[in-house]
Amino acid sequence: MEHSETLTREGTVLVACRIEDLPPGESVRIDAADGTQAVAVFNADGELYAIDDTCTHQDASLADGWLEGCTVECPLHAACFDLRTGMPNGPPAKRPVRTHRVTVEDGFVRVHVAVPVQAF
Amino acid sequence: MRSVAVVGASLAGLTAARALRAQGYDGGITLIGDERQAPYDRPPLSKDFLLSRTSAEDLALTTEDDQSLGIDWRLATAATALDTAGRRITLSDGGEVRADGVVIATGARARTLPGAGGMSGVHTLRTLDDALALRESLCAGGPLVIVGAGFIGSEVASAALAAGVGVTVVEALPVPLAGPLGAEMGAACAGLHADHGIPVLCGSPVRELLGGARVEGVRLEDGTVLPAAAVLVGMGSVPNTEWLAGSGLDLRGGVRTDSRGATGLPHVVAVGDCAASYRPDAARHVRTEHWTDALRQPETAVRTLLAGPDTAPGTASAGGGSVRGLLPYFWSEQYGVRIQFAGARRDGDSVRIDSGDPEDRCFLAVYERDGRPTAVLGMDQPKQFTWWRRQLAAQWAAVAT
Ligand SMILES: Cc1cc2nc3c(=O)[nH]c(=O)nc-3n(C[C@H](O)[C@H](O)[C@H](O)COP(=O)(O)OP(=O)(O)OC[C@H]3O[C@@H](n4cnc5c(N)ncnc54)[C@H](O)[C@@H]3O)c2cc1C
Ligand code: FES
Repeated sequence: MEHSETLTREGTVLVACRIEDLPPGESVRIDAADGTQAVAVFNADGELYAIDDTCTHQDASLADGWLEGCTVECPLHAACFDLRTGMPNGPPAKRPVRTHRVTVEDGFVRVHVAVPVQAF
Repeated sequence: MRSVAVVGASLAGLTAARALRAQGYDGGITLIGDERQAPYDRPPLSKDFLLSRTSAEDLALTTEDDQSLGIDWRLATAATALDTAGRRITLSDGGEVRADGVVIATGARARTLPGAGGMSGVHTLRTLDDALALRESLCAGGPLVIVGAGFIGSEVASAALAAGVGVTVVEALPVPLAGPLGAEMGAACAGLHADHGIPVLCGSPVRELLGGARVEGVRLEDGTVLPAAAVLVGMGSVPNTEWLAGSGLDLRGGVRTDSRGATGLPHVVAVGDCAASYRPDAARHVRTEHWTDALRQPETAVRTLLAGPDTAPGTASAGGGSVRGLLPYFWSEQYGVRIQFAGARRDGDSVRIDSGDPEDRCFLAVYERDGRPTAVLGMDQPKQFTWWRRQLAAQWAAVAT
């Protein structure tokens, strides 16, 4: 199950959760305390990925989505996003989500929030 | 196969064209659609679009990438017949298209109220033009009477409330949504109307529409008269299969197909809202009418088409569509509440509230039969719902193989 936590900011680094709180197949939504874009972090078979949490189609949280391999399926209308690139693989999403670098330091999952990629 | 005609240029048709290319087909694709607009998305038509929160451009289904599909577009052109060999399609403009393979994706249209013909102010909601006309009626003010408390009727009631239009919903059945959700959960969903002060009159069908050139009211079988400046008829849909009369296809309840989209004619497959596909779980043909099915079925049906008719059922579908694609799923949005349903409920299934409380309009309900889950309904519970949907899909896949 997903945990929704208030994040702490370290410059552009967000501390998501402890690594043991994000086992394979799970996701966590980081609701930004200052109202900026929420981020979703996924553990895809041991590999950690972070993307913007809000689907680019409509208003759904991708942390609530269906994780399969390196892909998350939006819980609402089934658009699939590649966690590595943020690219949607089909309708109804037409735009990518931002991806963010994830590191684990001292047992904490950290998200290095990226600058926005240009939407096409 | 050197040429494929896809008939119906909406979600299922466009998705089929994309699937053809994705599966390596490099012959000609002709996409025939009777609407003048390029493919657009219908679900927002009863939701944000009515409130002008979504524009017509936002509804577009095509993207830049689709230009590389090399589609020969025939919009504003209806297919009027398919010959019995399934090789020749006659068009409304007098022309014809010959093709080695045909994908039927002509969807469905809104069922109308008998006797409503020509009366202005009486709406159905299926197309962009329908939505524009309804939006205009909402702008002109109420009262609006909605005939049918199904999902589309309910969503329009919610939009009308948001637009400040007085609205009454009438439903012939004793309990709204009892068909898809069962009586108990149907009542829970219909409770959203009452929560927002929208009257729902159940159990009395419409006897007649009142008025002359313009509708002025609705009279129910029990004698109740409801004044109306506009009426929305939300009484379900009818598959667009008339053009296939005489083709030899089995058209009972939609274009009948096997579970992989194959029809009775070789090289002809059918997908989306027009198709009544065989569902092994239900042991019958079901026309699902869900957006997600229109999106998922083409992958399997196109595989079937490209594999050719000599392939035995079950073998043409190596990979036969993704597991999650097989499980029926739909959603609705009313009064800011997200309703999601997945699975195959049957009458007699028991309902267990897994979390939350239906009274709070925030809950997750699991339908069960013989101790096994058959379907799941969520109201504002996307994460839990997704988890259940995953369980059901795995179970579904195990049964399907
Ligand atoms: C208002 C509305 C709201 C909806 N909301 C939801 C929702 O919230 N959730 C959900 O799961 N589903 C929803 N749906 C259902 C969903 O939109 C449909 O399942 C989906 O559109 C089906 O796609 P399709 O391509 O099979 O058929 P359609 O979208 O019906 O497209 C068929 C196309 O074929 C054309 N056509 C018909 N006959 C011919 C012919 N002879 N020649 C050429 N072209 C022809 C039609 O004009 C149409 O353009 C909604 C539908 C409507 C109308
Ligand atoms: S909100 Fe994600 S696909 Fe529609």
